[in-house]
Amino acid sequence: MEKGHGCSFSGMVSTSTLSCTIVVVTLILVRILYVILWGSRPFGRRATKPLITLIVLGSGGHTAEMLNLLVVLQKDRFTPRFYIAAATDNMSLQKAQLLENNLTAENGTRVRNTAQFMQIYRSREVGQSYVTSIWTTLIAMIHALWLMIKIRPQVILCNGPGTCIPICAIAFLFKELGIRWSSIFYVESIARVRRLSLSGLLLYKFRMADQLFVQWPQLQRKYPRATYVGRLM
Amino acid sequence: MADRAGDDDKTRRVVFVTVGTTSFDALVKAVDSPTVKQELFTEGYTHLLIQMGRGSYVPTKSEGGSSLAVDYFTFSSSIADHLNSASLVISHAGSGSIFETLRLGKPLIVTVNEDLMDNHQSELAEELADQKHLYCARPQTLHQTVADMDLNSLVPYSPGDATPVTKLINRFLGFPDD
Repeated sequence: MEKGHGCSFSGMVSTSTLSCTIVVVTLILVRILYVILWGSRPFGRRATKPLITLIVLGSGGHTAEMLNLLVVLQKDRFTPRFYIAAATDNMSLQKAQLLENNLTAENGTRVRNTAQFMQIYRSREVGQSYVTSIWTTLIAMIHALWLMIKIRPQVILCNGPGTCIPICAIAFLFKELGIRWSSIFYVESIARVRRLSLSGLLLYKFRMADQLFVQWPQLQRKYPRATYVGRLM
Repeated sequence: MADRAGDDDKTRRVVFVTVGTTSFDALVKAVDSPTVKQELFTEGYTHLLIQMGRGSYVPTKSEGGSSLAVDYFTFSSSIADHLNSASLVISHAGSGSIFETLRLGKPLIVTVNEDLMDNHQSELAEELADQKHLYCARPQTLHQTVADMDLNSLVPYSPGDATPVTKLINRFLGFPDD
């Protein structure tokens, strides 16, 4: 590319630009590798303060399973809680609100309920073609970015449908950039006995979840980095 | 798993069919077929109640008496009451319906919808059938399953437990063990 001795100014600029680009790209790759390989270590120090928690709800059976988990979760450690469901899902947020209302009733009026409920654009409807899904997933990602900036969760709980992928991808991106290190916990649905769902597979392959839980031993054998926890339902 | 005597004066034995929020015409048609209805009546069931969801096939109502009484509805906010008063449940393969029924200790036949693409639901139904917690059928084979079933051979389902997951999550985050 260079003419003659390479002493021309434009020649020097293009060399240094090239070098800079290589350095930056290398740094980015190193950072990505670091987060993927070492980002899932458990926290060394003990958690003492409650953690901002984001709960991603899916339709139908997914919500039932998540609520089952939330019932036994220590609420004082995971608060304030933010619930996100797909915009087309009418029932899930209602069910979550019911759970939160029952909590307040149990604790008496002293505990002020800080739970918040939001909707997100869905990346893919059941049966939607994969081609149009690319576009809708992009919109969902932008919406997810907006919500994540608002909430900045420290813990993300999700269990299944495509609704959680944009959220987890953004959380992973934040990790890359060093913004808000959120721990992502994914519980694969009890309906998945022999194969992971698409969401689960994405999170597993790209190591986006800090812990990926499966409910059947067959899945643990097939995906060794997953953690078998038995049946939740 | 059989009805307890004295629960209902009229010895009403209801078969409750549910398709959840889906459309599952093949199941509703199969259940509404003379063969299956006759088989159920022969086995001592008196009423058939069908929750048909978004399906387009409408069953024929019937008063019953010398045959099975048939009724149907599309949706309800909670099917818990219907599940509770049923003597037999025939359900689509949605995990919500399956576990809600199993946790109530009701005998269950799960029917897999073969028209669904990527039928991962059948994995769960087959696994639970292997463990003898329920019967698994297809709409075409439903009458055979009803004829051959032995509800006393079903193994009761013990509900799962979410606390192992919470323990692991807490430990990962560095919270002290309870």
